[in-house]
Amino acid sequence: MSVVPADVLPGGALAAEEAAPRPAELGPRARLWPSLAAVYRAQLSRARVARIPLLFVATFQSIGIMILMRGVVDGGGEAQAVVAGSSVLVVAFVALNLLAQYFGQLRASGGLDHYATLPVPPAAVVLGAAGAYASFTVPGTVVTAVFGCVLFGLPLAHLWVLAAVIPLAGAALAGLGAALGLLAPRPELATLLGQLGMSAALLLGVLPAERMPEAVRLARDLLPSTYGVEAFARTFGPHPAWAHVLGDLAVCGGVGVISLAVATWAYRRAAVR
Amino acid sequence: MCAVRGLTKTYPAVRGRRGVPATPEVRATDDVRLDIRRGEIFGLLGPNGAGKSTLVRQLTGLMRPDHGSVEILGHDIVRHPERASRILAYLGQESTALDELTVSLAAETTGRLRGLDVRQARADRDAVLEELGLTPIAGRPLRKLSGGQRRLACFAAALVGERPLLVLDEPTTGMDPVARRAVWSAVDRRRAERGTTVLLVTHNVIEAETVLDRVAVLDRGRVIACDSPAGLKEQVAGEVRVELVWREAPPLHVPEVAALRDRVAESGRRWTLRLAPEEARTVVATVTGGAAFAALDDFTLATPSLEDVYLALGGAVRQGLVKA
Repeated sequence: MSVVPADVLPGGALAAEEAAPRPAELGPRARLWPSLAAVYRAQLSRARVARIPLLFVATFQSIGIMILMRGVVDGGGEAQAVVAGSSVLVVAFVALNLLAQYFGQLRASGGLDHYATLPVPPAAVVLGAAGAYASFTVPGTVVTAVFGCVLFGLPLAHLWVLAAVIPLAGAALAGLGAALGLLAPRPELATLLGQLGMSAALLLGVLPAERMPEAVRLARDLLPSTYGVEAFARTFGPHPAWAHVLGDLAVCGGVGVISLAVATWAYRRAAVR
Repeated sequence: MCAVRGLTKTYPAVRGRRGVPATPEVRATDDVRLDIRRGEIFGLLGPNGAGKSTLVRQLTGLMRPDHGSVEILGHDIVRHPERASRILAYLGQESTALDELTVSLAAETTGRLRGLDVRQARADRDAVLEELGLTPIAGRPLRKLSGGQRRLACFAAALVGERPLLVLDEPTTGMDPVARRAVWSAVDRRRAERGTTVLLVTHNVIEAETVLDRVAVLDRGRVIACDSPAGLKEQVAGEVRVELVWREAPPLHVPEVAALRDRVAESGRRWTLRLAPEEARTVVATVTGGAAFAALDDFTLATPSLEDVYLALGGAVRQGLVKA
């Protein structure tokens, strides 16, 4: 079917061996921000198509937990912890669990080759996907927080703090999820690690810390979602300690930077074998 | 434009685990040497497991070879694998990265990640989708398309953002004839207008014979021949392929038939023989007349194909290549 004889081509290069040719000009490199935006947009559209049912699951799970806890907890600090924990759990479900699964499957199926053969900075792929998954949690988290405030009679005044909690906790958890997915040698293991991470966020974040043994409290301090939960819970009080809130959010942001850096390194490692 | 020297990659032996048998060390590419010239459609032909994909992964910077060098348009790809993505477009066998996107968004995103700005990516996307006849299904997600359409959409994504080298790993798998024609005319247009070079991985003999300028035949990681399809076929020009299909069992009580038994490739009721022309004539005369004819269902005489070349060159897998 090929009708063009190769030796009449422009440059007529077929016969002439390229003797010591000068290196050809390379195609353009995709710059970080435009390619990040492109990955973000593509991932968000994917998530919209394929992940909406899962977002409902995540939201209903958190609302169900709050209704369950309503019988055990009767207001005060514990109620604040439950509402904050349930809200951040939505972020953990999508950003950590689903992203770990996504990258695990992408790596196992050879889908990373697509990105690895494009001149795109690794950080753009990881940050774009993590950002899209984190943004995708926004409606579920807001619905859960509002429902929880109404259920437990907490003030809605400071819910704006979610605008900081979701991106920062989202960065920390999505970075962790992406790193787990890209580092796990098999996709089943990535799924398992994502599920375990989410279970940890559930048990350690939602259940009030005061009733926990010392070892569990230590584990709780090691989990990045805890700081998002704490920051959010603090804002329900009559006089929130904003310095502590900022401190907790700073921890989230720090963990986010580190885990996203690890995920970027893991992507590089997974892309070229 | 692309020079490969002494390319060697060995997969280490894997120890068996429960349920997973051990595999010995495999030399997936063994001292491969290739020269691909500008503007040609160069094929890698071989059965499954011959090392085609491993070779391509090393050429595209996705895998580091143990030894050897790869130079594309003057760039050392072994030392700078990241440069490959700025020289070539790669169509792999997997579409999982694009599966949940619409055809249009898959093409546009790929273009942007290939360094185009938004306006250019959209213009290129529209042109390529139109060229390949994908515009009517541009708004549908790849996952919902048939295998051939999905493959065509991935091919479209590979074309957005021009590259001087296209590396296509079995691009037409599952495509209907219309889609195949769209692929090859898109390739031809780029060759004629811009001198685009194509490296094509295939195990489809018919396609290899019709579209390739030159072909390297791979067997167990080694290049066992490299020439134009016509040139390769000349190597076995003295032979004719005779295929005999028996109704039930071959009539081994006929001495002439029994004598052939050692020389046939047998698959079910089908016998395949490679013979000199006079000898072939004798065999056909024997089976079409006399006692053997009653057992004969069908027979064909054919000039050699690339598959015969592969087998004549000592290809390991006796079943040979796919003819489809």
